[in-house]
Amino acid sequence: MILVWPFLIPLISAALMVLLRSRENVQRWGSVAAAVALLIASLALLVRVLSEGPVAVQVGGWPAPFGITLVADLLSAAMVFITGIVAVAVAIYGLEEIDRRESWHGHHALVQALLAGVCGAFLTGDIFNLYVWFEIMLIASFGLLVVNGTRKSADGAVKYVGLNLIATFAFLSGVGLLYGVTGTLNMADLSQRLEGRQEEVAVLVSAMLLMFAFGAKAAMFPVFNWLPASYHTPSVTTSALFSALLTKVGVYALIRTFTLIYDLDVPLVRGTLLWGSVATMVVGVLGAAAQNHFRRILGFHIISQIGYMVLGLALATPAALLGAIFYLFHHIIVKANLFLIAGAARKLTGSEDLPKIGGLYAATPLLAVLFLIPALSLAGIPPLSGFWAKFLIVSASLDMQSWFIAFVALAVGLLTLYSMSKIWLEVFWKPHPDGDQAIEGTLPVAMLVPIVGLGIMTVTIGLAAGLFVDAAMVAAEQILSPHAYIDAVLGARQ
Amino acid sequence: MNSIILRTGTRALIPVFLFVALMTLWRGHNDPGGGFIGGLLAAICVALIEKAFGVAQARRWLILPPMMIAGIGLSCAILSGLWGALANGWFLSSVWPLYANVDGKWEGLAAGSILLFDSGVFLVVVGVVSAILFALEEAGVPESRKDEP
Repeated sequence: MILVWPFLIPLISAALMVLLRSRENVQRWGSVAAAVALLIASLALLVRVLSEGPVAVQVGGWPAPFGITLVADLLSAAMVFITGIVAVAVAIYGLEEIDRRESWHGHHALVQALLAGVCGAFLTGDIFNLYVWFEIMLIASFGLLVVNGTRKSADGAVKYVGLNLIATFAFLSGVGLLYGVTGTLNMADLSQRLEGRQEEVAVLVSAMLLMFAFGAKAAMFPVFNWLPASYHTPSVTTSALFSALLTKVGVYALIRTFTLIYDLDVPLVRGTLLWGSVATMVVGVLGAAAQNHFRRILGFHIISQIGYMVLGLALATPAALLGAIFYLFHHIIVKANLFLIAGAARKLTGSEDLPKIGGLYAATPLLAVLFLIPALSLAGIPPLSGFWAKFLIVSASLDMQSWFIAFVALAVGLLTLYSMSKIWLEVFWKPHPDGDQAIEGTLPVAMLVPIVGLGIMTVTIGLAAGLFVDAAMVAAEQILSPHAYIDAVLGARQ
Repeated sequence: MNSIILRTGTRALIPVFLFVALMTLWRGHNDPGGGFIGGLLAAICVALIEKAFGVAQARRWLILPPMMIAGIGLSCAILSGLWGALANGWFLSSVWPLYANVDGKWEGLAAGSILLFDSGVFLVVVGVVSAILFALEEAGVPESRKDEP
């Protein structure tokens, strides 16, 4: 059951919240309680995987490869654990931000459904089941985009769903093709059956279809347009949750399928992934430089950072994969925090348009410091977590003598610093255009607690980087030589 | 819509649709059918009533609010999974309390945790389809949405 709880807890909570729709307080505090329960369950799973290696369970007692297998190696377990952390942070923040109307329209139930989808996607060992979890995520995130009922968010939601549906069709076609070729959907079984068949046309086509699908979910170039169109429209709680988890599920799926099922040594696969990731880094950071809206800048930076993670996968050396995994962990914490800070700044100044706001440094120096931690980390300033993440990726590309790629990665880091200093100057440093009295009130505790908590984590990952690099190394080793994973799946009884 | 043909026809057709829906749910064990298709068939009843007599009447016919029905259905599905976990140790494994192998022959009522799961799916489909139907029907008439805060 240890593998079932991480998605069962959100699912039970979602059902209860639908039943208790009119009890607003039950929903608010219930989502905090559910998030804490998820965190505990995911911590138990992480401890188990750290001590015993990959664990697997056959749902319904049907042995693999016939039934659906749930399996967690260190990467999956760690991703589920971080999902738990983000869930708690966002639930606490939502106590303050989510109003009665959004709550009645099902915000809390949809958040739980989204968490169930995310955890299920991280834990499943079956590629069609992965598709099902993606669908649950898509439906829940569509609901979350429209619960506040404004015209702007409906517009963002239509673009989001339109582009994601295309990706979903590609995913399904790729899975169908794969099933036609091999007769199995179990990922560990696929890994064995495709040995020596990687160059077959049908296998290559399915690889490209899945790469397109997961690339679109991860907001890679050229299919990233849904992200900047929709991420700034819903409540801050929702966009922080999206920014932390949704694209990262895409990156996780890329890492999983292109190490376990497909072989990255095939030039077509590797080249597409490599140059796609470089283009993603550049386009994202240039897009951000052109924006003047707090959350839109952050949205474009997600795209640019996704480029780094996929680059780590595409370089395909153990050191680069380690960097990609470290980058995933660091990025989820930092990006969720930046979105929460954007919400806090809006609460105090009344807007997210950079020209219309300012003066926050004078009003709340504390928030300014709390912004600097994730912002400098994102730009890769030592000793914060982002420095180590970028350092690992860049040094891996230097090891391979890919000078151009290393140069691009460094230049993108510099442009990230430019965007972050733009936010700093506009939001914090310059005086408010309407005078100092335009900033009203103080920050509610429910907003401050998650921001401080995530900030402490960023600093901790930076200062104790060795510990986290070691963990990421173990995860990378398990992924590159997946014998333990395959044995756990195909030999699992309980 | 005010049509005496539709209203009379609906009264006659509702029991037929409900019977077929429940039969589809029941035979889903070993034959084509099951909770999803059964639920869609049952949702036809709701759609017919809604078209013939109006949304208010359809809501009364359902007794519970549509999303409540979906919530109960989801709970049933989760409970059937936990039942399997308690009885056999595997989440979602099947339990047959009324069905046993007596002297080489299978006897009893083939109802167990799987029927509970399928009924849950049935209720989720009925609830969600009705909720979407009502929301679309009421979208043009804002004053009818009295239950919103």
